[in-house]
Amino acid sequence: MFRALTARGALATAPSRVVTRERAPVRWLLTGAALAFLGVFLLVPLVAVFAEAFRKGVGAYLASFTDPLALSAIKLTLLVAAIAVPANLTFGLVAAWLVGKYEFKGKSALITLIDLPLAVSPVISGLIFVLLFGLHGALGGWLAQYNIQIIFAAPGIVLATMFVTFPYVAREVIPLMQEQGCEEEEAAISLGAGGWQTFRRVTLPNVKWALLYGVILCNARAMGEFGAVSVVSGHIRGKTNTIPLHVELLYNEYNFVAAFAVASLLVTLALVTLALKTVVEWKSRTAQTEFLPDLHNRETPDEDRTAEHLQDVWQLQGAQ
Amino acid sequence: MLRPKHLARSTPIHSALALFSACSLSGCGGVEREEPSRNAGEARSEQVILLNVSYDPTREFYREFNQAFAEHWTGVTGATVTVEMSHGGAGKQARAVIDGLAADVVTLALAYDIDAIAERAGLLPANWQSRLPHNSAPYTSTIVFLVREGNPKRISDWDDLLKPGVEIITPNPKTSGGARWNYLAAWAFVLKREVSDLSKLGDPGYAADIARAETKARKFVTELFRRVPVLDSGARGSTNTFVQRGIGDVLLAWENEAFLAAEELGPDKFDIIVPSISIRAEPPVTLVDRWAEAHGVREVAEAYLEFLYSPIGQRLAAKHYYRPVYPQHADPEHLKRFPDVELISVDEVFGGWQKAQGVHFADGGIFDRIYTQ
Repeated sequence: MFRALTARGALATAPSRVVTRERAPVRWLLTGAALAFLGVFLLVPLVAVFAEAFRKGVGAYLASFTDPLALSAIKLTLLVAAIAVPANLTFGLVAAWLVGKYEFKGKSALITLIDLPLAVSPVISGLIFVLLFGLHGALGGWLAQYNIQIIFAAPGIVLATMFVTFPYVAREVIPLMQEQGCEEEEAAISLGAGGWQTFRRVTLPNVKWALLYGVILCNARAMGEFGAVSVVSGHIRGKTNTIPLHVELLYNEYNFVAAFAVASLLVTLALVTLALKTVVEWKSRTAQTEFLPDLHNRETPDEDRTAEHLQDVWQLQGAQ
Repeated sequence: MLRPKHLARSTPIHSALALFSACSLSGCGGVEREEPSRNAGEARSEQVILLNVSYDPTREFYREFNQAFAEHWTGVTGATVTVEMSHGGAGKQARAVIDGLAADVVTLALAYDIDAIAERAGLLPANWQSRLPHNSAPYTSTIVFLVREGNPKRISDWDDLLKPGVEIITPNPKTSGGARWNYLAAWAFVLKREVSDLSKLGDPGYAADIARAETKARKFVTELFRRVPVLDSGARGSTNTFVQRGIGDVLLAWENEAFLAAEELGPDKFDIIVPSISIRAEPPVTLVDRWAEAHGVREVAEAYLEFLYSPIGQRLAAKHYYRPVYPQHADPEHLKRFPDVELISVDEVFGGWQKAQGVHFADGGIFDRIYTQ
C-alpha cells in the first residue's frame, strides 16, 4: 500500500492532463453511475441512521446516552479498546520489526500467521475462545475450580477483540520496514548507538505514520467488532454488552430511536476514523516524497538525514 | 532540551498505562461479581448480584419483575439485590450456560434445554423439574398466529398456513425454544385431526392409524417449513423480521410475543389469530446450583424463583401476557385478554420433552431430515 502511495506521490509531480479518450457523455454516464452507487450504498444508509436517531427529537436522542445500559456499553467498549489497541501496537511493532529487519527460517509462515485473523470469520475467532476457556474447553475446568471467568466476561471480550484486530498494526508497518531496509540502523549502531537508542531515534521515526495509520484502523475495528464479541459475550445487559451488541439489543426491544442513536456513535467513530486516516495518509505521503529523492539520488540528502539522526545520537551520548 | 520534550511525549503513554492498569483491575469479571455477594453473607446491607439467563421474549416481563423482587427482598432482608439479565434463543442460551456462562438461575423456554444443562454440564441435579410447583413453570403460554391487519390471506387455522402463496415466519427450532413449540403444535394439530381422540396415541390397537397420521403430520410440517423464507435464531428476531422488515404473511409466535407486537407496536397493523388447537407451552425456571453456590447467592436465588409464584409475580406475568398458574392472583382485566383455546401438552402427544427432542430436533432427527429435503 505504501508502494502505491510512493508511486502516486511521484505522479503528483507530473503536469495534470486529461488521460481519457472517451466522449463526454460516456464519461458523464460512468461518473454518474459511480456517484449513484456511492449514494445508494454509502450516503443513504448514513443519513438513514441519523434520521432515525433524531426522529423523536434531540431530547430523545440525548436521553439514549444517559441510560445506564448505554453508558456501561460505552464504558466497556472504551475499556476493550484501551487494552486491545496498546497491546496490538506493541505486538504489531515487535512483529513488524522482526519480519522487516531480520532474515530467518519460517519468515513467510510467520507473515501468513499474522494475517490469519483477517482470513478467519469472526464467529470462528469467537468460538476458538469458547473451545479454549469454555467450561468444557481445554482450560475451562481448571479456571472453573478457581471461579475465574474468562469468556462471558470482560477478559474474553478483550481477548477476542485482540485476536481479531491483531494484524492491523503489523500489516501497515511490515511493508514499510521491509522497504527501508537496515542501513540507517547499521549506521547508527556502527557509530555507537545502543539497541534501544537506535530503535527510538532511527527505526520508530521512520515508521511513525504507518504505525499511526495501523493504530487508527485497529481502534476502529476494536470498537466496532460484532461477530467474535457476540460469541464470547454472554449478552449480560449492563455488563458484557459492547456498543455494537447494545445496538442489537435495543433494536430487538423495538427501541429504534435509542438503537440508532447509539449506532450514530459508531458512525461518528467511522467518520472520525476516515478523517484521521486521510490526514495520516497525506502526512505519510509528504514524508514519503521527501524520502523519495533519497532513493534515486543517494548523495547529499540521504547523508544529511542520517547525519541528523547521528547528531541526535551524539548529543545523547554527550548528555549521559 | 531533549529531556522536556521526552517527558512531554511520555504523558500520553503514562495515562494509557494508568488506564491499562485500571482496566486489568476492573476487567476481571469473576472477581468483581463475587465480591459483593460474599459480603452479603456477612452483612445484610451489602449488594447482591444475581444473573438470570433467559429466553428471548421475556425481556419486558423480567425487567418489571426484577424491580418488584428487588423491592421485596430489600423489605424482607434489607439487602439490595440487582438482577442481571441475558436474553437470546433458548437453545443458544442453554448452550452458553453449558459453555460456562455463570447463571445463578435459568428461565428458559422449555424443559429440554434445562435438561441439557443438567446432562452435559452437571451444573444442577437431574430432578430439577420437581423442585418447584407445576413442573417448575410459574407461567404458561401457547402458540398463536400474528397476521397483517385485516388478515388479507384469510388464515384462521393451521390448515390455512399451507394455502398457496402464504409465507410463514418462525425461528429456527435448533436454537429457539419457541420454534420448537411452533413445530410441535403444528404436528399435534395434524395428529388430532387424523385420530380425533388423542388418548388413542398410546393404544397399540390403533398403531396403523397412528402411523398413517404421523406420516401426514410429517408431510404437513415439511410443507410448512418450505414456506419459511428466513429462520431467525430466536423468537425476537422473527418478530422483528415480520414486524419491522415486513417479511411474510403470518408469524407463528408465542402468545405473549404476539400480544406485545399487536398491542404495543401497532394495534392497527396486526391481528392475532387463535387456531382451533394449540400447545400448552410450559417455560420452566430453575436454580443453577453450581454457580449459585459458588457465588454464595443460593438463598436469594431460590427466593427469586419462589417470588415468581407469589401474587405479585403472578400478577406481573399476566400483565406481560403470560398465563399465570395461579390466575386468582392476576388482575381479571389481564386474564380477559387470553382467548379460550384447546391446549394439548407435550406429555400427552409426544411422551415428554426428552422424547420429543430426540425424535424431532436432535442431530439427524425429523426436523433435520425435512429441512434438508
